Amino acid sequence: MLNINAFVVGLLFGLGLIISGMTDPSKVIGFLDLAGAWDPSLAFVMGGAILVGAGAFTLAKKRQRSLLGAPMQLSSATELDKGLLIGSLVFGIGWGLSGFCPGPAVVSAAAGQPKAWIFVASMLAGMALYVMIERRGK
Amino acid sequence: MNLSDFTHCAYIAGLLGGLLIGIAAALFVLLNGRIAGISGILAGLLQADKGDKTWRVLFLLGMAAAPYVYQMASSLPPVTIEAGTAQLIIAGLLVGLGTSYASGCTSGHGVCGISRGSIRSIAATLTFMMAGIITVYLTRHLIGL
Repeated sequence: MLNINAFVVGLLFGLGLIISGMTDPSKVIGFLDLAGAWDPSLAFVMGGAILVGAGAFTLAKKRQRSLLGAPMQLSSATELDKGLLIGSLVFGIGWGLSGFCPGPAVVSAAAGQPKAWIFVASMLAGMALYVMIERRGK
Repeated sequence: MNLSDFTHCAYIAGLLGGLLIGIAAALFVLLNGRIAGISGILAGLLQADKGDKTWRVLFLLGMAAAPYVYQMASSLPPVTIEAGTAQLIIAGLLVGLGTSYASGCTSGHGVCGISRGSIRSIAATLTFMMAGIITVYLTRHLIGL
């Protein structure tokens, strides 16, 4: 059941990304381009998602287990450490350079966009690099 | 009625898509007890010590199915990728490394984290939005990439 739901959630999430316009990098860059012909429509995406999400997460925070009995795995970290801030900075630079963040890149790659494949392959290499660096540090 | 009747207005399309993303994140946390964070789901596949690969693969297969399911109702919206190959490779590396160090991206921090009121996620989202805005300003208006 958990696995079926994972598939359904992935599908809904992907459909939401396509409908919202997030899968078009030129639109994402238009949203980030405050000094140009700014396209604010993508602010509605995060707004709409948080509108629904806030209720669900308020409910989820009160529970030890999910409705299907799985452990509730929410982070309890509160510290604004260097990894969080520098990591987000680096991610934002990559996002601005390409117009891709991970979700839309996966959907566009699946739709058969060759350039999205290049981005996804490189992103996975970056993630693997992190795993290697962390393992060496231990 | 056609899906594109709604989606021709960018604001309504954004809101509708956003609501759907919110519903997906809500279902995932309420039923699976997990955060629908795409970078974390992907990165977990690369860590040999994580035994929970099945749901990650199924989540990603669901995402991959989305364009094909969408096409049953309407043709896919246009996608314009202006960045060249070198720029995409650099951007991909930065996104992979950055989201790993930050433990999340637009979905994990921007949608799920802000929804649960996490200070870390609010800080992360403000940081990557600012970085994205500055990067676009520099590349578009100063360098002209």
